[in-house]
Amino acid sequence: MADTMQFDLVSPERLLTSVQAREVRIPGAEGDMTAMPDHGPLITTLRPGILTVVAADGSSDFLVTGGFAEISAEGVSVLAEGAFPTGDVTGEMVAEMVATARASHESATPDRIDATAKTLADMVAVGAQLGH
Amino acid sequence: MANLKDLKNRIASVKSTRKITKAMQMVSAAKLRRAQEAAEAARPYAERMNAVMAGLSASVGGSDSAPRLLAGTGSDKTHLLVVMTAERGLCGGFNSTIVRLARQAANQLLSEGKTVKILTVGKKGREQLKRDFGQHFISHVDLSEVKKLGYGNAQAIAKEVISRFDAGEFDVATIYFNRFQSVISQIPTEQQVIPAAYDAEGGASTVYDYEPDEQEILADLLPRGIATQIFTALLENGASEQGARMSAMDNATRNAGEMIEKLTIIYNRSRQAAITTELIEIIAGAEAL
Repeated sequence: MADTMQFDLVSPERLLTSVQAREVRIPGAEGDMTAMPDHGPLITTLRPGILTVVAADGSSDFLVTGGFAEISAEGVSVLAEGAFPTGDVTGEMVAEMVATARASHESATPDRIDATAKTLADMVAVGAQLGH
Repeated sequence: MANLKDLKNRIASVKSTRKITKAMQMVSAAKLRRAQEAAEAARPYAERMNAVMAGLSASVGGSDSAPRLLAGTGSDKTHLLVVMTAERGLCGGFNSTIVRLARQAANQLLSEGKTVKILTVGKKGREQLKRDFGQHFISHVDLSEVKKLGYGNAQAIAKEVISRFDAGEFDVATIYFNRFQSVISQIPTEQQVIPAAYDAEGGASTVYDYEPDEQEILADLLPRGIATQIFTALLENGASEQGARMSAMDNATRNAGEMIEKLTIIYNRSRQAAITTELIEIIAGAEAL
Protein backbone atom coordinates (compact mmCIF):
# COMPACT_ATOMS: atom_id res chain seq x y z
CA MET A 1 0.00 0.00 0.00
CA ALA A 2 1.26 3.39 -0.92
CA ASP A 3 2.39 5.56 1.94
CA THR A 4 1.34 8.88 0.55
CA MET A 5 -1.01 10.28 -2.06
CA GLN A 6 -1.19 13.41 -4.12
CA PHE A 7 -3.20 16.16 -2.45
CA ASP A 8 -4.27 19.35 -4.24
CA LEU A 9 -6.22 22.17 -2.73
CA VAL A 10 -7.45 24.66 -5.32
CA SER A 11 -9.71 27.66 -5.07
CA PRO A 12 -11.10 29.41 -8.14
CA GLU A 13 -8.39 32.03 -7.84
CA ARG A 14 -5.31 29.94 -7.18
CA LEU A 15 -3.69 26.64 -6.34
CA LEU A 16 -3.16 26.74 -2.58
CA THR A 17 -1.18 23.62 -2.03
CA SER A 18 -0.08 20.53 -3.83
CA VAL A 19 1.76 18.01 -1.65
CA GLN A 20 2.23 14.34 -0.96
CA ALA A 21 -0.07 13.70 1.98
CA ARG A 22 -0.42 10.79 4.36
CA GLU A 23 -3.95 11.67 5.30
CA VAL A 24 -6.46 14.44 4.72
CA ARG A 25 -9.27 15.27 7.11
CA ILE A 26 -12.15 16.73 5.14
CA PRO A 27 -15.20 18.55 6.51
CA GLY A 28 -17.77 16.76 4.34
CA ALA A 29 -21.33 18.01 4.04
CA GLU A 30 -22.63 14.92 5.82
CA GLY A 31 -19.86 14.64 8.38
CA ASP A 32 -16.10 14.75 8.67
CA MET A 33 -14.06 12.10 6.95
CA THR A 34 -10.43 11.18 6.71
CA ALA A 35 -9.06 10.16 3.36
CA MET A 36 -5.96 8.01 3.25
CA PRO A 37 -4.11 6.49 0.31
CA ASP A 38 -6.07 3.87 -1.66
CA HIS A 39 -9.40 5.31 -0.63
CA GLY A 40 -12.33 4.27 -2.77
CA PRO A 41 -13.39 6.85 -5.37
CA LEU A 42 -15.78 9.35 -3.81
CA ILE A 43 -17.07 12.83 -4.49
CA THR A 44 -18.49 14.82 -1.64
CA THR A 45 -19.55 18.39 -1.08
CA LEU A 46 -17.97 20.36 1.74
CA ARG A 47 -19.41 22.40 4.54
CA PRO A 48 -17.53 25.38 5.97
CA GLY A 49 -14.89 23.91 8.22
CA ILE A 50 -11.26 23.14 8.85
CA LEU A 51 -9.43 20.89 6.45
CA THR A 52 -6.27 19.24 7.78
CA VAL A 53 -3.52 17.82 5.64
CA VAL A 54 -0.98 15.51 7.22
CA ALA A 55 2.13 15.36 5.10
CA ALA A 56 5.51 13.79 5.79
CA ASP A 57 6.82 17.03 7.27
CA GLY A 58 3.91 17.84 9.55
CA SER A 59 0.33 18.90 9.18
CA SER A 60 -1.30 22.10 8.02
CA ASP A 61 -4.81 23.46 8.45
CA PHE A 62 -6.97 25.35 6.00
CA LEU A 63 -10.27 27.10 6.43
CA VAL A 64 -12.57 26.13 3.58
CA THR A 65 -15.92 27.81 3.02
CA GLY A 66 -17.52 25.17 0.85
CA GLY A 67 -16.93 23.42 -2.43
CA PHE A 68 -16.32 19.77 -3.06
CA ALA A 69 -13.68 17.09 -2.79
CA GLU A 70 -12.80 14.40 -5.25
CA ILE A 71 -11.18 11.38 -3.68
CA SER A 72 -9.64 8.57 -5.66
CA ALA A 73 -7.09 5.86 -4.98
CA GLU A 74 -4.28 8.05 -6.28
CA GLY A 75 -5.11 11.22 -4.45
CA VAL A 76 -7.46 13.87 -3.21
CA SER A 77 -8.34 17.11 -4.92
CA VAL A 78 -10.35 19.65 -3.02
CA LEU A 79 -12.04 22.34 -5.06
CA ALA A 80 -12.91 24.88 -2.43
CA GLU A 81 -15.06 27.90 -3.02
CA GLY A 82 -12.79 29.85 -0.72
CA ALA A 83 -9.78 28.48 1.14
CA PHE A 84 -7.29 30.15 3.44
CA PRO A 85 -4.43 28.80 5.57
CA THR A 86 -5.77 29.08 9.13
CA GLY A 87 -2.73 31.18 10.10
CA ASP A 88 -3.87 33.91 7.70
CA VAL A 89 -7.45 33.99 8.91
CA THR A 90 -8.34 37.04 10.96
CA GLY A 91 -11.34 37.81 13.13
CA GLU A 92 -12.60 40.31 10.54
CA MET A 93 -12.48 37.70 7.77
CA VAL A 94 -14.55 35.30 9.84
CA ALA A 95 -16.98 38.07 10.78
CA GLU A 96 -17.38 38.95 7.12
CA MET A 97 -18.00 35.32 6.10
CA VAL A 98 -20.55 34.92 8.89
CA ALA A 99 -22.23 38.14 7.75
CA THR A 100 -22.39 36.87 4.15
CA ALA A 101 -23.81 33.54 5.29
CA ARG A 102 -26.36 35.33 7.44
CA ALA A 103 -27.39 37.62 4.59
CA SER A 104 -27.90 34.70 2.23
CA HIS A 105 -29.86 32.86 4.93
CA GLU A 106 -32.13 35.83 5.47
CA SER A 107 -32.75 36.30 1.76
CA ALA A 108 -33.10 32.57 1.04
CA THR A 109 -36.14 31.09 -0.63
CA PRO A 110 -38.12 28.59 1.50
CA ASP A 111 -36.54 25.54 -0.15
CA ARG A 112 -33.05 26.84 0.55
CA ILE A 113 -33.71 28.01 4.10
CA ASP A 114 -32.47 24.82 5.79
CA ALA A 115 -29.32 24.64 3.70
CA THR A 116 -28.41 28.26 4.33
CA ALA A 117 -29.17 27.91 8.05
CA LYS A 118 -26.78 24.97 8.18
CA THR A 119 -24.08 26.91 6.34
CA LEU A 120 -24.50 29.79 8.75
CA ALA A 121 -24.27 27.50 11.79
CA ASP A 122 -21.18 25.79 10.34
CA MET A 123 -19.58 29.13 9.66
CA VAL A 124 -20.19 30.30 13.22
CA ALA A 125 -18.85 27.00 14.56
CA VAL A 126 -15.65 27.36 12.52
CA GLY A 127 -15.16 30.87 13.85
CA ALA A 128 -15.52 29.60 17.39
CA GLN A 129 -13.12 26.74 16.68
CA LEU A 130 -10.48 29.17 15.44
CA GLY A 131 -11.02 31.38 18.47
CA HIS A 132 -12.40 34.42 16.63
CA MET B 1 6.75 82.62 -40.09
CA ALA B 2 3.48 81.25 -38.75
CA ASN B 3 3.87 78.02 -40.70
CA LEU B 4 7.13 77.11 -39.00
CA LYS B 5 5.67 77.78 -35.60
CA ASP B 6 2.66 75.61 -36.39
CA LEU B 7 4.90 72.76 -37.41
CA LYS B 8 6.92 73.10 -34.24
CA ASN B 9 3.78 72.96 -32.12
CA ARG B 10 2.53 70.01 -34.07
CA ILE B 11 5.77 68.11 -33.49
CA ALA B 12 5.66 68.90 -29.78
CA SER B 13 2.08 67.65 -29.52
CA VAL B 14 2.78 64.40 -31.39
CA LYS B 15 5.80 63.88 -29.16
CA SER B 16 3.69 64.13 -26.02
CA THR B 17 1.09 61.81 -27.55
CA ARG B 18 3.88 59.33 -28.16
CA LYS B 19 4.91 59.61 -24.53
CA ILE B 20 1.36 58.85 -23.42
CA THR B 21 0.90 55.84 -25.70
CA LYS B 22 4.31 54.53 -24.68
CA ALA B 23 3.33 54.83 -21.02
CA MET B 24 -0.01 53.12 -21.68
CA GLN B 25 1.77 50.32 -23.45
CA MET B 26 4.07 49.75 -20.51
CA VAL B 27 1.21 49.89 -18.03
CA SER B 28 -0.75 47.29 -19.98
CA ALA B 29 2.35 45.11 -20.30
CA ALA B 30 2.54 45.02 -16.51
CA LYS B 31 -1.21 44.46 -16.19
CA LEU B 32 -1.09 41.76 -18.85
CA ARG B 33 1.47 39.83 -16.86
CA ARG B 34 -0.74 39.98 -13.80
CA ALA B 35 -3.85 39.06 -15.77
CA GLN B 36 -2.06 36.11 -17.33
CA GLU B 37 -0.90 34.91 -13.92
CA ALA B 38 -4.46 35.14 -12.64
CA ALA B 39 -5.76 33.19 -15.63
CA GLU B 40 -3.01 30.63 -15.14
CA ALA B 41 -3.80 30.27 -11.43
CA ALA B 42 -7.48 29.72 -12.11
CA ARG B 43 -6.88 27.00 -14.66
CA PRO B 44 -6.46 23.96 -12.34
CA TYR B 45 -9.79 24.67 -10.68
CA ALA B 46 -11.64 25.10 -13.95
CA GLU B 47 -10.10 21.96 -15.45
CA ARG B 48 -11.01 19.76 -12.51
CA MET B 49 -14.41 21.28 -12.24
CA ASN B 50 -15.02 20.44 -15.89
CA ALA B 51 -13.78 16.88 -15.43
CA VAL B 52 -16.06 16.29 -12.45
CA MET B 53 -19.01 17.95 -14.13
CA ALA B 54 -18.48 15.90 -17.26
CA GLY B 55 -18.57 12.71 -15.20
CA LEU B 56 -21.64 13.81 -13.30
CA SER B 57 -23.59 15.00 -16.28
CA ALA B 58 -22.77 11.81 -18.14
CA SER B 59 -24.27 9.71 -15.36
CA VAL B 60 -27.26 11.90 -14.49
CA GLY B 61 -27.84 13.79 -17.73
CA GLY B 62 -29.89 11.12 -19.41
CA SER B 63 -32.47 10.72 -16.68
CA ASP B 64 -35.75 12.62 -16.66
CA SER B 65 -35.07 14.10 -13.26
CA ALA B 66 -31.94 15.88 -14.40
CA PRO B 67 -31.83 19.50 -13.20
CA ARG B 68 -33.03 22.09 -15.69
CA LEU B 69 -29.68 23.86 -15.64
CA LEU B 70 -28.22 20.74 -17.24
CA ALA B 71 -31.08 19.38 -19.30
CA GLY B 72 -32.51 22.73 -20.38
CA THR B 73 -36.13 23.77 -20.44
CA GLY B 74 -36.95 21.64 -23.43
CA SER B 75 -37.34 24.65 -25.66
CA ASP B 76 -34.98 27.14 -27.26
CA LYS B 77 -37.30 30.05 -27.93
CA THR B 78 -35.57 32.67 -25.85
CA HIS B 79 -31.84 33.21 -25.90
CA LEU B 80 -29.80 35.21 -23.44
CA LEU B 81 -26.55 36.61 -24.77
CA VAL B 82 -24.08 37.60 -22.10
CA VAL B 83 -21.71 39.95 -23.87
CA MET B 84 -18.52 40.56 -21.93
CA THR B 85 -16.41 43.49 -23.01
CA ALA B 86 -14.01 45.92 -21.42
CA GLU B 87 -14.83 48.99 -19.37
CA ARG B 88 -12.27 51.04 -21.26
CA GLY B 89 -11.44 51.69 -24.85
CA LEU B 90 -8.14 52.29 -26.63
CA CYS B 91 -7.51 48.61 -26.98
CA GLY B 92 -7.62 48.08 -30.72
CA GLY B 93 -10.32 45.81 -32.02
CA PHE B 94 -10.87 44.06 -28.70
CA ASN B 95 -14.38 45.29 -27.96
CA SER B 96 -15.49 45.41 -31.58
CA THR B 97 -14.63 41.78 -32.30
CA ILE B 98 -16.76 40.56 -29.39
CA VAL B 99 -19.60 42.86 -30.34
CA ARG B 100 -19.41 41.77 -33.97
CA LEU B 101 -19.70 38.11 -32.99
CA ALA B 102 -22.58 38.81 -30.63
CA ARG B 103 -24.34 40.94 -33.23
CA GLN B 104 -24.07 38.19 -35.84
CA ALA B 105 -25.47 35.66 -33.40
CA ALA B 106 -28.29 37.98 -32.38
CA ASN B 107 -29.25 38.69 -36.00
CA GLN B 108 -29.12 35.00 -36.79
CA LEU B 109 -31.39 34.15 -33.86
CA LEU B 110 -33.79 36.97 -34.68
CA SER B 111 -34.05 35.85 -38.27
CA GLU B 112 -34.97 32.39 -37.00
CA GLY B 113 -37.83 34.00 -35.10
CA LYS B 114 -36.31 33.52 -31.65
CA THR B 115 -36.42 36.03 -28.86
CA VAL B 116 -33.10 37.59 -27.92
CA LYS B 117 -32.23 39.12 -24.59
CA ILE B 118 -28.89 40.71 -23.92
CA LEU B 119 -26.99 41.13 -20.69
CA THR B 120 -23.89 43.25 -21.04
CA VAL B 121 -20.82 43.14 -18.87
CA GLY B 122 -18.55 46.14 -19.37
CA LYS B 123 -19.79 49.42 -20.71
CA LYS B 124 -17.98 49.43 -24.07
CA GLY B 125 -20.04 46.58 -25.44
CA ARG B 126 -23.20 48.17 -24.16
CA GLU B 127 -22.42 51.40 -25.99
CA GLN B 128 -21.73 49.60 -29.24
CA LEU B 129 -24.82 47.40 -29.08
CA LYS B 130 -27.20 50.08 -27.85
CA ARG B 131 -28.17 51.45 -31.25
CA ASP B 132 -29.20 48.15 -32.85
CA PHE B 133 -30.21 46.05 -29.88
CA GLY B 134 -31.08 48.60 -27.18
CA GLN B 135 -34.58 47.19 -26.82
CA HIS B 136 -33.19 43.72 -26.10
CA PHE B 137 -31.12 44.80 -23.11
CA ILE B 138 -32.31 43.31 -19.85
CA SER B 139 -29.45 44.12 -17.53
CA HIS B 140 -25.94 45.42 -17.24
CA VAL B 141 -23.07 44.49 -14.96
CA ASP B 142 -20.66 47.31 -14.25
CA LEU B 143 -17.13 46.25 -13.41
CA SER B 144 -15.52 49.68 -13.75
CA GLU B 145 -15.06 49.96 -9.99
CA VAL B 146 -13.41 46.55 -9.75
CA LYS B 147 -9.66 46.80 -9.33
CA LYS B 148 -8.88 43.11 -9.26
CA LEU B 149 -11.26 40.55 -10.71
CA GLY B 150 -12.28 38.01 -8.12
CA TYR B 151 -14.39 34.89 -8.11
CA GLY B 152 -16.99 36.96 -6.28
CA ASN B 153 -17.58 39.08 -9.41
CA ALA B 154 -18.19 35.97 -11.48
CA GLN B 155 -20.47 34.55 -8.80
CA ALA B 156 -22.55 37.71 -8.81
CA ILE B 157 -23.01 37.50 -12.59
CA ALA B 158 -23.79 33.78 -12.40
CA LYS B 159 -26.32 34.42 -9.65
CA GLU B 160 -28.13 37.00 -11.72
CA VAL B 161 -28.16 34.75 -14.79
CA ILE B 162 -29.39 31.74 -12.81
CA SER B 163 -32.12 33.64 -10.99
CA ARG B 164 -33.37 34.93 -14.34
CA PHE B 165 -33.26 31.39 -15.67
CA ASP B 166 -35.21 30.11 -12.68
CA ALA B 167 -37.75 32.84 -13.27
CA GLY B 168 -38.22 31.42 -16.76
CA GLU B 169 -36.90 34.46 -18.57
CA PHE B 170 -34.86 32.51 -21.11
CA ASP B 171 -34.05 28.98 -22.29
CA VAL B 172 -30.48 29.17 -23.50
CA ALA B 173 -27.63 31.33 -22.27
CA THR B 174 -24.44 31.96 -24.18
CA ILE B 175 -21.44 34.00 -23.13
CA TYR B 176 -19.32 36.06 -25.51
CA PHE B 177 -15.75 36.93 -24.69
CA ASN B 178 -12.26 37.01 -26.14
CA ARG B 179 -10.06 34.03 -25.53
CA PHE B 180 -6.46 35.04 -25.01
CA GLN B 181 -4.11 33.49 -27.53
CA SER B 182 -1.18 35.88 -27.57
CA VAL B 183 -0.52 39.58 -27.41
CA ILE B 184 -1.38 39.98 -31.07
CA SER B 185 -4.15 37.45 -31.28
CA GLN B 186 -7.35 37.18 -29.25
CA ILE B 187 -10.10 34.90 -30.41
CA PRO B 188 -13.71 36.02 -29.98
CA THR B 189 -15.50 33.03 -28.52
CA GLU B 190 -19.07 32.03 -27.85
CA GLN B 191 -19.76 29.46 -25.20
CA GLN B 192 -23.07 28.05 -24.13
CA VAL B 193 -23.43 27.94 -20.35
CA ILE B 194 -27.11 27.05 -19.91
CA PRO B 195 -28.03 24.27 -20.52
CA ALA B 196 -24.57 23.28 -19.42
CA ALA B 197 -22.58 21.56 -22.12
CA TYR B 198 -19.62 19.56 -20.88
CA ASP B 199 -17.47 17.30 -23.02
CA ALA B 200 -18.04 13.76 -21.92
CA GLU B 201 -14.43 12.85 -22.59
CA GLY B 202 -11.94 13.44 -19.81
CA GLY B 203 -14.40 12.46 -17.11
CA ALA B 204 -16.34 9.36 -16.19
CA SER B 205 -13.38 7.01 -16.32
CA THR B 206 -13.85 5.95 -12.70
CA VAL B 207 -17.12 5.24 -11.00
CA TYR B 208 -17.44 7.49 -7.98
CA ASP B 209 -19.47 7.23 -4.85
CA TYR B 210 -21.37 10.40 -4.18
CA GLU B 211 -22.11 11.93 -0.84
CA PRO B 212 -24.80 13.26 -0.72
CA ASP B 213 -26.28 11.58 -3.79
CA GLU B 214 -25.58 12.55 -7.40
CA GLN B 215 -28.69 14.66 -7.81
CA GLU B 216 -27.95 16.80 -4.81
CA ILE B 217 -24.29 17.23 -5.68
CA LEU B 218 -25.20 18.13 -9.21
CA ALA B 219 -27.75 20.68 -8.01
CA ASP B 220 -25.05 22.15 -5.80
CA LEU B 221 -22.31 22.08 -8.43
CA LEU B 222 -24.15 23.31 -11.53
CA PRO B 223 -24.40 26.94 -10.38
CA ARG B 224 -20.76 26.73 -9.34
CA GLY B 225 -19.82 25.32 -12.73
CA ILE B 226 -21.52 28.25 -14.41
CA ALA B 227 -19.78 30.71 -12.11
CA THR B 228 -16.48 29.01 -12.92
CA GLN B 229 -17.07 29.25 -16.66
CA ILE B 230 -17.93 32.92 -16.31
CA PHE B 231 -14.89 33.48 -14.11
CA THR B 232 -12.63 31.81 -16.67
CA ALA B 233 -14.18 33.94 -19.40
CA LEU B 234 -13.68 37.11 -17.37
CA LEU B 235 -10.04 36.28 -16.77
CA GLU B 236 -9.43 35.40 -20.42
CA ASN B 237 -11.12 38.65 -21.33
CA GLY B 238 -8.97 40.58 -18.89
CA ALA B 239 -5.77 39.15 -20.33
CA SER B 240 -7.02 39.70 -23.89
CA GLU B 241 -7.94 43.30 -23.16
CA GLN B 242 -4.47 44.10 -21.86
CA GLY B 243 -2.83 42.21 -24.72
CA ALA B 244 -4.93 44.05 -27.29
CA ARG B 245 -4.24 47.37 -25.65
CA MET B 246 -0.55 46.63 -25.52
CA SER B 247 -0.28 45.92 -29.24
CA ALA B 248 -2.59 48.83 -30.11
CA MET B 249 -0.47 51.21 -28.07
CA ASP B 250 2.71 49.76 -29.53
CA ASN B 251 1.37 50.54 -33.00
CA ALA B 252 0.30 54.00 -31.92
CA THR B 253 3.77 54.69 -30.50
CA ARG B 254 5.39 53.56 -33.72
CA ASN B 255 3.02 55.64 -35.84
CA ALA B 256 3.71 58.69 -33.69
CA GLY B 257 7.44 58.12 -34.18
CA GLU B 258 7.01 57.98 -37.96
CA MET B 259 4.87 61.08 -37.93
CA ILE B 260 7.47 62.98 -35.90
CA GLU B 261 10.16 62.02 -38.40
CA LYS B 262 8.06 63.21 -41.33
CA LEU B 263 7.11 66.44 -39.62
CA THR B 264 10.73 67.11 -38.67
CA ILE B 265 11.81 66.74 -42.28
CA ILE B 266 9.08 69.11 -43.43
CA TYR B 267 10.04 71.51 -40.67
CA ASN B 268 13.72 71.50 -41.62
CA ARG B 269 12.93 71.92 -45.31
CA SER B 270 10.69 74.91 -44.75
CA ARG B 271 13.23 76.42 -42.35
CA GLN B 272 15.94 76.14 -45.01
CA ALA B 273 13.58 77.49 -47.65
CA ALA B 274 12.91 80.47 -45.43
CA ILE B 275 16.64 81.09 -44.94
CA THR B 276 17.26 80.81 -48.67
CA THR B 277 14.50 83.28 -49.41
CA GLU B 278 15.91 85.72 -46.90
CA LEU B 279 19.42 85.37 -48.38
CA ILE B 280 18.11 85.96 -51.91
CA GLU B 281 16.31 89.04 -50.70
CA ILE B 282 19.49 90.41 -49.04
CA ILE B 283 21.67 89.67 -52.09
CA ALA B 284 19.10 91.09 -54.46
CA GLY B 285 18.93 94.19 -52.26
CA ALA B 286 22.74 94.54 -52.20
CA GLU B 287 22.96 94.20 -56.00
CA ALA B 288 20.32 96.85 -56.55
CA LEU B 289 22.47 99.43 -54.80
